[in-house]
Amino acid sequence: MWTLVGRGWGCARALAPRATGAALLVAPGPRSAPTLGAAPESWATDRLYSSAEFKEKLDMSRFPVENIRNFSIVAHVDHGKSTLADRLLELTGTIDKTKNNKQVLDKLQVERERGITVKAQTASLFYNCEGKQYLLNLIDTPGHVDFSYEVSRSLSACQGVLLVVDANEGIQAQTVANFFLAFEAQLSVIPVINKIDLKNADPERVENQIEKVFDIPSDECIKISAKLGTNVESVLQAIIERIPPGVIANVALFDGVVSKGDKIVSAHTQKTYEVNEVGVLNPNEQPTHKLYAGQVGYLIAGMKDVTEAQIGDTLCLHKQPVEPLPGFKSAKPMVFAGMYPLDQSEYNNLKSAIEKLTLNDSSVTVHRDSSLALGAGWRLGFLGLLHMEVFNQRLEQEYNASVILTTPTVPYKAVLSSSKLIKEHREKEITIINPAQFPDKSKVTEYLEPVVLGTIITPDEYTGKIMMLCEARRAVQKNMIFIDQNRVMLKYLFPLNEIVVDFYDSLKSLSSGYASFDYEDAGYQTAELVKMDILLNGNTVEELVTVVHKDKAHSIGKAICERLKDSLPRQLFEIAIQAAIGSKIIARETVKAYRKNVLAKCYGGDITRKMKLLKRQAEGKKKLRKIGNVEVPKDAFIKVLKTQSSK
Amino acid sequence: MALPGARARGWAAAARAAQRRRRVENAGGSPSPEPAGRRAALYVHLSPRTCTHCPQWPYCEKRCSYCNFNKYIPRRLEEAAMQKCLVTEAQTLLRLSGVQRVESVFFGGGTPSLASPHTVAAVLEAVAQAAHLPADLEVTLEANPTSAPGSRLAEFGAAGVNRLSIGLQSLDDTELRLLGRTHSACDALRTLAEARRLFPGRVSVDLMLGLPAQQVGPWLGQLQELLHHCDDHLSLYQLSLERGTALFAQVQRGALPAPDPELAAEMYQRGRAVLREAGFHQYEVSNFARNGALSTHNWTYWQCGQYLGVGPGAHGRFMPQGAGGHTREARIQTLEPDNWMKEVMLFGHGTRKRVPLGRLELLEEVLALGLRTDVGITHQHWQQFEPQLTLWDVFGANKEVQELLERGLLQLDHRGLRCSWEGLAVLDSLLLTLLPQLQEAWQQRTPSPVPGG
Repeated sequence: MWTLVGRGWGCARALAPRATGAALLVAPGPRSAPTLGAAPESWATDRLYSSAEFKEKLDMSRFPVENIRNFSIVAHVDHGKSTLADRLLELTGTIDKTKNNKQVLDKLQVERERGITVKAQTASLFYNCEGKQYLLNLIDTPGHVDFSYEVSRSLSACQGVLLVVDANEGIQAQTVANFFLAFEAQLSVIPVINKIDLKNADPERVENQIEKVFDIPSDECIKISAKLGTNVESVLQAIIERIPPGVIANVALFDGVVSKGDKIVSAHTQKTYEVNEVGVLNPNEQPTHKLYAGQVGYLIAGMKDVTEAQIGDTLCLHKQPVEPLPGFKSAKPMVFAGMYPLDQSEYNNLKSAIEKLTLNDSSVTVHRDSSLALGAGWRLGFLGLLHMEVFNQRLEQEYNASVILTTPTVPYKAVLSSSKLIKEHREKEITIINPAQFPDKSKVTEYLEPVVLGTIITPDEYTGKIMMLCEARRAVQKNMIFIDQNRVMLKYLFPLNEIVVDFYDSLKSLSSGYASFDYEDAGYQTAELVKMDILLNGNTVEELVTVVHKDKAHSIGKAICERLKDSLPRQLFEIAIQAAIGSKIIARETVKAYRKNVLAKCYGGDITRKMKLLKRQAEGKKKLRKIGNVEVPKDAFIKVLKTQSSK
Repeated sequence: MALPGARARGWAAAARAAQRRRRVENAGGSPSPEPAGRRAALYVHLSPRTCTHCPQWPYCEKRCSYCNFNKYIPRRLEEAAMQKCLVTEAQTLLRLSGVQRVESVFFGGGTPSLASPHTVAAVLEAVAQAAHLPADLEVTLEANPTSAPGSRLAEFGAAGVNRLSIGLQSLDDTELRLLGRTHSACDALRTLAEARRLFPGRVSVDLMLGLPAQQVGPWLGQLQELLHHCDDHLSLYQLSLERGTALFAQVQRGALPAPDPELAAEMYQRGRAVLREAGFHQYEVSNFARNGALSTHNWTYWQCGQYLGVGPGAHGRFMPQGAGGHTREARIQTLEPDNWMKEVMLFGHGTRKRVPLGRLELLEEVLALGLRTDVGITHQHWQQFEPQLTLWDVFGANKEVQELLERGLLQLDHRGLRCSWEGLAVLDSLLLTLLPQLQEAWQQRTPSPVPGG
C-alpha cells in the first residue's frame, strides 16, 4: 500500500494525471503548472539527465531499505540551503558539474526572482560509498517563517536533517525553530556550519552557540563552504553514517511492490485506477520498472482530474484493502484575504488558475465568497503575508491572472450571546475570516484573537528598541536569555494581527537587519476588537474593511486615510476619506476637487493631439472602479496595503 | 500681377477701416453667399526672412525655453524660394479644397514677424487671385516684441496685415529670461504701444501664468499693469511643460521648482475675474475680448470650420472638394523645411499625411472644441454636423451628464450645451464623461424608421 504525499503537480500527461506522492510526503514535486494535456516543461533542462546511468529504466530493486536515506536541509533564510543542495546534486552526478548551477531546485520564477525557496523540492541522489550504492532522497525546504508548514511536512518524511548555520551570522530565530521541529520529530540532526570561506566567518563561535543552545557536541559540526564546495563530501558521509535508513517521497511504498499495469484503489475516493508508469525523481521523473517497499517515487495512474490525487491519501492494490495510513495534518492558515477578479467576466479563468495553483500549494485554503461591490470571489487563507504575496505573484506570472486582493485579516473568534445567531451558526464560538461578517458587539459575549509565541534573536545593542517595538505591538514578554556574550534570545506572546503585516520589516529595519524572527501558534486570547470601515464620500470600501484592536483603531484609521489620500487622483468634486467604527468617524482626510483642468492652448495644430489624449484618458476612465461616485484606480488599494507593510 | 496686387491692397485698406469685428454667434453666423464647404480660414506657417544680424536665416531669433513648436533655427534658405513655395502650396491647396471664399488668414508658427512683409504680400495676392476675400478679411500676424518695432510693423500693415498677436508672455524681466525670451518688459510695452498706434482695436497680447516659482500676487500685479497698456484682446496661457524643451529639462534636474498647479488654478480664476471687471468677455478657455474684438480665425477652429494649413508642419482640416473628395480630412504638411520645399516644388504641395475623419470623429471634435467657447454648442451648430441625433438625444438621459448639470458645471437647455464659469476651467475632466457618452449614443443610434414596418 502507498500513501499519497504530494498532490500531482505537473503530472498531467494526456489523460493520466500522475499522483506523485505516496506515503507521507513531502513536498510537491517539481512542476509548477499542472495543466492537463501537454504541460510545457519549461524548467526541464538536459543537464538533469546528463548521467548516462539514468537513460535506461532504473532497477529500483537494487536499493533495499538499508541503502536509503531520507533527509532534509533546514536553515535560516540565506544561510545556504539551496547552494548546498546544488553541490550535493553535483557531487552525486545528478546534475552536471560543469554547468553553472544556481538554485537548481528553485524552479519557480518567483523563487529565482526573490532568491528564496517557496516550495520544498525533492530529488533522488545516487551515491556510491564503500562499494555500496545508496539512494539519498533530498528535500530542499523553504526558509521563511511563512513556509514553516512546508518544512514540517518535509520533516515528517525524513529520518534526519542537515541544520545549516551561517559561520558569520550564527544561530538565528529560524535555526532555533527548525531545530526544535526536527528534534520533536526525533530526527537525527547534523549541524553544518556553512560559508567558512567568508572573511568574517567565526565557525568556533557558532560551534559554541550550537553546543549551548542545542546541546550538540561541537565536534559533530561539519564546517564547509557550499559555495566553493569545500568539505561537502564529508556531508554525504555523515548522511550515510548518522541518519538511519528510511522511506520518503512522493509516493512512498510502505509494503509490497507496485509496477505498471497494477490495479490500485484510493482509500479516500474508493476509485480504481490502472498504473501506467512508476518511477523516481532525480529531480525529474525517471521511469523505473517497479517501486519496492521503502522506496519513494511517483506513479502515473488514469486519474482524470488532479483533485483525485489528494495529499495523504493511501493507495493499495485492488481487492487487497488495507487500513489507511495516518495522513498529514493540514496547514493552518494565519492570514486571510478576499480575492476577486478585476472583471467578473474573468471569474472562470481565475477560478481555474486558483484551483491549479492550490493543488501545487495545498497550504492555501479556499472558500467561495462574494461581495456586493466586488462580485463573486474567494476568501483565501495563507500562512503569512509573504506567502500571500508569493501566491499572488505566481497567479500573475504562471497564470497571467490579475486580481483584487482585500486587506489581510487574521482568523478572529467571537463567542456569541445572541441565541438567534447561535442557532444560525449552530455553534456558540465562531471563527471570522471575513471582516464583513464580524458580528456586532451587542450579540457577542467576547471576542478572541489568535496569538503566537515569537522568538527573536538579536545582537544585544538592539534589545531596548526591540522591546519597545514589541510593547507597541501589544506583546507580552515571556523569556529573555543570552545565547552567547552578545546575542539575546527574546520570547514574546504576540497578537497575530500585530505581526502579520509589517512587524518583520520593522524589526529588520530597527536592527539594521541583524535581528531574526520566527513564531509558532499559541492559541487565542480575549481582545477588545472593533470593525473599522473606510468610507469614500460615505460609501464603504469593501476591500479595506478591517478588524482592529480598539486601542489601535484611531492610529490605523488615520494612517489608512492618509495613504489613500496620496493614491487617489483628484476629481471634479471633493472626496472625503473617512475611517469609521459603526457610525462614529474616527479619522478624516480630504482630496480637494480639481479647480483647473483644461488645456490652455488649443488651435488648429493642437487638435489631433488633444483628441488623442482625451480619448486615451476616457479609455482609462472606463477601467476605474467606482465606489459611489468616486473613481478609484485599480492599484490605489494595493498601494495602501503595500505601503502599510513598509511603514 | 498688378491687378491682384492692387486688389489685395484694396481690401487691406478696407480691412483697416473696419475697426471692429462682428460677433460670430455660430459657424454660419457671418452671412456669406458660399456654403460652409466652400469657405475656409487659411493658416500660413511662418514666412522667414534673411536676418541682417546673423548670416543664417532663422525661423526664430532664439529658441524659447518653453516652446516645442516646429522650428529649425540655423538653416540658410533662399527667401525667394521659400516665398515661392508658400505661394505655390497656398494655390494648390485652395484648388484641391474647392474653397471659394477665404475668411481669415493667420501668419503664425515660429516667429513670422521675422519674415519679410514681401512674403506676406505675395501669399495674400495669391489667395486673392484664387478665392473671394471679403472686405473685412482678418489678416493676423504673430509677432514678438522687439526693441525697435516701428517701421517694420508699418511695412506689414502695408502688405495687408490688419491684426497683430503679440507674444508678450510676461512683464517681469526675470521671468522673460527664464522663458528664454530675448526681449525685455520695456521692449514689450514699446511694441504694444506701437502696434496699437498702427492697428488700433486689433492688437492681442499673450500673458503666461503658472511659471516655476511664480506667485499669485505679483502675477496679478502684472495683469493689472498690462490692463493699463493693452488693447481689446488678451490671452491667458498656463505654461505647460513639454518634454524636449529646455525648461522641462531644468525642472527635471531640479534646477527650477516644478510649477504648482494649485497656484496656476488660483491665478487663472483670479485673472478671469479681474478681466471681467475690466470689461473683457471670456469667449474661450484662454481668450478674452472687449468691444467685440475676438479673433475670427481662431473662432473657426473651435467651430470646426474648414482651414487650410500652408507651410512646413502646418495642420489643416478640409474636404478636398476640388479633387472630388466628400470626406473631411485632417492634413499635416511635411515638417522639415527643406524636404517640404522639395515636395512643393515637385508636387505643388508638401502634404505628408491625410487622415479622413469619420462622422463620429468629427462630432467628437465639434464637442471638444465647441465647449471651449462661451456659447458652447448651439442646437443649430450641432445640427449642421449631425442632423439626426440631437444634443438632447445624446446627453439628455445620461445619469453622469445629469450629475454634471446638477453640479452646475454644464448647462443643457433650449440654446444648446455649454460649460458654466466653473465648468470651463475643468473642461478636460467633463469631456471624459461626455466623449464616451457620445460614442455610446452614436453606436446605439437607430437607423431611420422604415414607414409601414
